[in-house]
Formats: sequence, structure tokens, C-alpha cells
Amino acid sequence: MIHDFGIVWSERNLLLSGLGNTTILSVLSAAAALLIAFVLTPALMSKQQWLAGIVRGFVDGMRCVPFLLFAYIVYYGLPSVGLRLDNWTSGLVALTIYNAAYMAEILRGAWAAQPREPIEAGIAFGFSNLGLFRRIVLPPLLLAAGPVIGNQMIQIIKDSAFLTIIALPELTHAASSIQSRHYVPFAAFITAVFLYWGLCLVIEAGVSSIDRLAMARR
Amino acid sequence: MTGGDILAILQGAVVTVTLSLTGILIGLPIGLSLAVLRWADVPVVARIVTVYVSILRATPLVTLLLLLFFALPNIGIAIGPISAAILALVMNTAAFNCEVWRASLMNFPRDQYEAAQSVGMGAGLRFRRIVLPQIVRSSLPGLVNEMSLLIKVTPVLAVVGVVDITRAAVRIGAETYDPLPPFLVAVALYAPIVFVLVSLQRWIERRQAMAEAAA
Repeated sequence: MIHDFGIVWSERNLLLSGLGNTTILSVLSAAAALLIAFVLTPALMSKQQWLAGIVRGFVDGMRCVPFLLFAYIVYYGLPSVGLRLDNWTSGLVALTIYNAAYMAEILRGAWAAQPREPIEAGIAFGFSNLGLFRRIVLPPLLLAAGPVIGNQMIQIIKDSAFLTIIALPELTHAASSIQSRHYVPFAAFITAVFLYWGLCLVIEAGVSSIDRLAMARR
Repeated sequence: MTGGDILAILQGAVVTVTLSLTGILIGLPIGLSLAVLRWADVPVVARIVTVYVSILRATPLVTLLLLLFFALPNIGIAIGPISAAILALVMNTAAFNCEVWRASLMNFPRDQYEAAQSVGMGAGLRFRRIVLPQIVRSSLPGLVNEMSLLIKVTPVLAVVGVVDITRAAVRIGAETYDPLPPFLVAVALYAPIVFVLVSLQRWIERRQAMAEAAA
């Protein structure tokens, strides 16, 4: 058993590059998904029925499709209609679009729960449009949505493991490759599990520091 | 894509639904027991459960499944794809269910528990008659949400060779060199299943909100 972990240790560079790729994938797609969500959420809450309807259809549709199937469609299905993406691009695109729907729903929930008064006070003080959004609406919104966005980040990290099936060299893929070459399944995968756990603990620590900030501002 | 192909995907759907239901039915009571162990603060065990839930919530199902499927035979436990799939689903969903149950247990009003104690109910009876009926109600939306999440991770089971909806669709796509149609059939099968659960969750939440408003 110790010997098995020795083999995994000798392959640490592979595992670390997998961990790095998982982190890069998750952070990039979380940031992109959040940006897209900032466009989708106002549309979701729009008084224009048709616009709200289309975005609602997209958000609900994404929530009904398994991520793995969605990744398959982007990677294997889109070439049929003439759009061929390599595995990195497909992985990023799939993770981003899929999670943008969830992020939009999260932001909508947090937005709807925000009190109206500070916004009206902001308008009364002469803030408008972007200034109002950036200075008055956004900070409490992000603080309120922080924990749920953190949960979604953990979900994104776990979803990124599915991308191993399109041969993206992330953490699970690295563990699989070590296991298939040295036949040390337990050591290889349990190490991956603990690395995932570590990533999630980092996010949870981040969330609780946001929480403390939110408490301090109250 | 022929009629036979669609039939093959439908057969996959039977596998997906059967495995999901099995995972849900086994995972629910295990999740509840884990939550009760933590709630009752059983020494040592409660800490182990906490760490278990924390690790399992952070572990992608693919990684867990590969670990079980390849490592268990290595230590002498023979395991087939189907049993590995069910075990992985149960281990995963039990951890999430535990959190849902525990949240309801934590919010359970202490005075009712003490009232039951004062009329002489034993611990088992107290739990069965007073605590359980009420936490089932308050946990229901969270549990249904977890069920829809569980169905959405089942395509991963294909990695060890379980022929579910996704695997059947991939296979047909590889045979016909046109993967898009079978994938769309697969989406058309998953979406209603998940949609029913999501609607069920919203309906329960609305009904409970109405009942609360009436009270």
C-alpha cells in the first residue's frame, strides 16, 4: 500500500498539472458564467414578456439536461452542424454556458430579495445607470449571493471532472492515467479525492470570509 | 437513426430510471440515519459522519465511481459495473440527503421534543411520532431537489460500462457517424424526468407556503 502511494508520488507532476487544469477550468468558467449571468438576470426579470420568456426557457432547459450529455453534445454533436471545437474549448464552453443558467437563477433570487430602499435612496442622491448598479446594487447583491455562488463553484469543480470523458487532462483524467499505467487504483483515485476535497475547503474558507465581511457591513 | 436505435435508447432509459430509483430509495434512509447520528452528537461517530459528508460532497461522482470500480476488486471485493454504480450513487446521495435532513432536525422546535418527553414518550416513539412526520415535511423540497441532481449525474455511470440513456446514445452516434440525433433523443428523455421533479419541488414549496400563510 505504501509502495502504491510511492508510485503516485513519483507521478506527482502529472497529478499537479491535472489539479492546475481543474482549477483553471473551474475559475475561468465560473468567472465567465457569472459575467453572462449578469446579462441574463436583468433579461430574466425584464417586463418584456418575450425576452423574459426566452431566457426563462434557456435557464429551465439547462437545468433539465445532465451536464455530461451537454458536454457530449458540444464536443461530438456540434461538428454535425459544422462547428468543430477542440476538447479544451468544448469543455470551457460547455461548463460556462451550462453554469451561466444556474448563476442567472442564483443572482435573480438574490436580486429579488434585495430591499428596495437603498436603491431608491441612491436614485434620490443622483446615482444613475452604471453608477447606481456598481455602487449601490452590486456590492450587497454579491455579498448576499456569495455563499450560493460558492456552492455553485464547488458544483463547477465537480462538473469539470466529467470532462475527463472528452480527454481533457484534468485531475480525474490524470488519476485515471496513473491507474491504467501502474495499476494502483486505490492510491491514485483516493489522492484525487483528497485534492478535490482540498479545493472545496479553499472555496468554503473563501465563502466564510465573505460571510464575515457581510456581517461586518451590516 | 432507425426505430431499433430509439428502442435501444428507451431501454437505456429503463436502466437510468431503475438505477436512480434504487439510489434514491437506499440513499434516503441512510442519509436520515447519518443526520440523526450527527444531530444526537454520538461521540466519535458524529465526527466521522461530518468528515464523510464533507469529503463526499466535494468528490465528483466520476472519481468516486472509478475508485470503487477499480480499487474494490484490488482488495478482494468482486464488484460489477451495476453494483459499483449503485454503491457510488448511494454514497454520494446519502451525503447530500444527510445535510438536508440535518437542516430540518436543527430547525425542529425544541419545546415539542420536551413536551413529548414530559408526557412520557420514549426516545423511539418520540422520534417516530413527533419528530419524523414534521421533518419529512420540511425536508421534502430539499430531498426532491437532490433527486433531480442525482438523475442528472447518472450519465457518469456509463464510464464503467452501464448502458444507460447516454451510453446508448453515444453508441448509436458512433455507429451511424451522426451523433446529434441520438443525443437529442436522449435530451428529450432526460428533460421531462427532471422537469417533473423540479415542478414537484416548486409545487410542494408553494403548497407549504400557502399552508403556512393560512395558519
